[in-house]
Amino acid sequence: MHSLTFDIAHLLAGSLVLVSFMLLYQDRLYALLNVYALHAFVLALSVAWQAFAQDAPHLYVTAAIALVFKAIVIPVVLHRMIVQLGIHRQIETVVGIGPTMLLGIGLVALSMVVMLRVTAEADPLAREDLAFALSVVLLGLLMMVTRRNAVSQVVGFMSLENGLVLAATGAKGMPLVVEISVAFSILIAFIVIGIFLFRIRERFDTVDLHALDRFRGEG
Amino acid sequence: MTFDAVTAVLLIPATAALLLAVLPSYRLTTYLNVAAALLTFVAALSLFFYGRPAPGPYILVDDLNNVFIVLTTFIGFTTSVFSANYLGHELETGRLTPALLRFYHAMYQLLMFAMNLALVSNNIGVMWVAIELATLTTVLMVGIYRTHEALEAAWKYFILGSVGIALALFGTILVYLAAEPVIGEGLNSMVWTTLVAHAAALEPALLNVAFVFLLLGYGTKVGLVPLHAWLPDAHAEGPTPISAVLSGLLLNVALYVLLRFKMLLAANPHALAPGPLMIGMGLVSLLFAAFMLYRRRDIKRLFAYSSIEHMGIVAFAFGMGGPLANFAGLLHMTMHSLTKSAIFFAVGDIAQVKGTQKIADMGGLTETNPVLGWGLVLGVVAIAGLPPLGLFMSEFLVVSSTFAREPLLAVPLVLGLLIGVGALFLRLNSIAFGEPRGATAPAKGSYVPMFAHLALVLTAGVYLPGPLVAWFQNVAKLLG
Repeated sequence: MHSLTFDIAHLLAGSLVLVSFMLLYQDRLYALLNVYALHAFVLALSVAWQAFAQDAPHLYVTAAIALVFKAIVIPVVLHRMIVQLGIHRQIETVVGIGPTMLLGIGLVALSMVVMLRVTAEADPLAREDLAFALSVVLLGLLMMVTRRNAVSQVVGFMSLENGLVLAATGAKGMPLVVEISVAFSILIAFIVIGIFLFRIRERFDTVDLHALDRFRGEG
Repeated sequence: MTFDAVTAVLLIPATAALLLAVLPSYRLTTYLNVAAALLTFVAALSLFFYGRPAPGPYILVDDLNNVFIVLTTFIGFTTSVFSANYLGHELETGRLTPALLRFYHAMYQLLMFAMNLALVSNNIGVMWVAIELATLTTVLMVGIYRTHEALEAAWKYFILGSVGIALALFGTILVYLAAEPVIGEGLNSMVWTTLVAHAAALEPALLNVAFVFLLLGYGTKVGLVPLHAWLPDAHAEGPTPISAVLSGLLLNVALYVLLRFKMLLAANPHALAPGPLMIGMGLVSLLFAAFMLYRRRDIKRLFAYSSIEHMGIVAFAFGMGGPLANFAGLLHMTMHSLTKSAIFFAVGDIAQVKGTQKIADMGGLTETNPVLGWGLVLGVVAIAGLPPLGLFMSEFLVVSSTFAREPLLAVPLVLGLLIGVGALFLRLNSIAFGEPRGATAPAKGSYVPMFAHLALVLTAGVYLPGPLVAWFQNVAKLLG
């Protein structure tokens, strides 16, 4: 029988997948950022629960990073940037919402089939976590390919990264988890926000990547 | 041991990066950059002669990565010499400012540190962090000109590279999960040597899925088709020394990491054979790049596609496996690194002379700039795999070992090679011979690094020293 510990971990990881789906159909940047903050918050809860369930205090650090940095700092900063750039308009999606959701469901089914089959003998907690984590990763990838706007691509990448953190915390006793989540946070903070969006704006007056696609160095 | 070469190989670039970031003088930092690269190379060389540390939980030096470390630090050194000249010119023409140069030098050393860390690491988590660091530093350097095209290239590289390393991390986590029930929780389950020792007992299904993720993830960094989209842009829009380092080194380092995981899978009898996957991706890369070579109008893009082609050949050779094919793969990789960076040294000077990278605006280079022109001709002859240069020998070995074992696979391989040669000579003809076109100012570059590389390639083609052959054979056996 499943214990309460397992059920709660299951619930939180499942919610993360659900919030990933919510990210897929947001067509306004503000709403997208709010849902991303929720995504990071659910991740923080899930990681904290894993820390408690595995009795691994260092994971609380990862949870704290998720909570403070990803659920609060990043959305606030991005929010400000969107206001400054004046791009709080609709996001055009390359594929419509309906097909995107169907594709998303297909990806979740795929990850369940793959992960549950290959981890038949693993610890059930890690096993379910991993299947959900792969779903979140694939949904993040899907979001990156269906969006054109630089900000929403970055949000897609960050949700993908949340899936990786979920996978890493689900693997019992995995070393370097805290270091990896710090490395990822640096990656996101340093490059994306600090440099690229700023300069893309400075040079082209737009963050729509379609405008970046114009010239490829050969006629 | 009083002198620890591995620590030196890591510490010198790290310290130099810090120093270069704070020192203001442009001249001083340029010399410091060269000096640091030289010291790192000397430290790496000493690994050959003074023995190596025993494998620990973080550090591993064996025959395989020793070759890579020496090659990386050597090309790192010659490129720093080339870039000293190159950047002086960029500063004069105002494409770079002194502040950007300082940033460039610090990033260069940080990149060297990241690559060396990835090479000496015995821990698959640290390996991943090092590859991530290397990606970040190169993204920043590709975008350094801050033109429209450079930013587009850097953004594309950043997005594709991040997705790649994200997938690689997922693969790494899966390897840990496979190891945890056998080896136990904690650090040991991420140590490569321990993993290989217990490989036979690991869950094969998990390893299979892990390898697919690792192949896609690190394969993006190797530039294998269809994950190569970032590579031509990053090569074309960044500073030329970075193109040389990307092609000559970073692709190799990513491939090296992939090889480590291939060895892990090969040690498990029930896991899927990683060879066919690598053969498939290698062949597709080779054929695709060979056809794409015909459509290039930008000289740096041309050679970027040629890098994809050659990484395809190397992946193919390692995928074939066995002592001969592995030997050929290693040799080809070494020769390609030396030749391709020499070509990029020439291309950098050519682009500075002509003031453009468009092939249509260059011509008759052997008349206007004989040394540079003939240097490029020699480089292209080498990269095309003509005798008596080193790449002829390695390509010959790849082809003949394929004929011996899988004759059918040799058909697309030879076809790809020939198509590639045709395209290269077509373009070379219009660049190096015929009516001079474009600006004809004398080049100010230093030819020493370029000809040093080409001389090594020529020597290797004519005569490979016995100890080197023995060393490579040993590594080929290790690779299985």
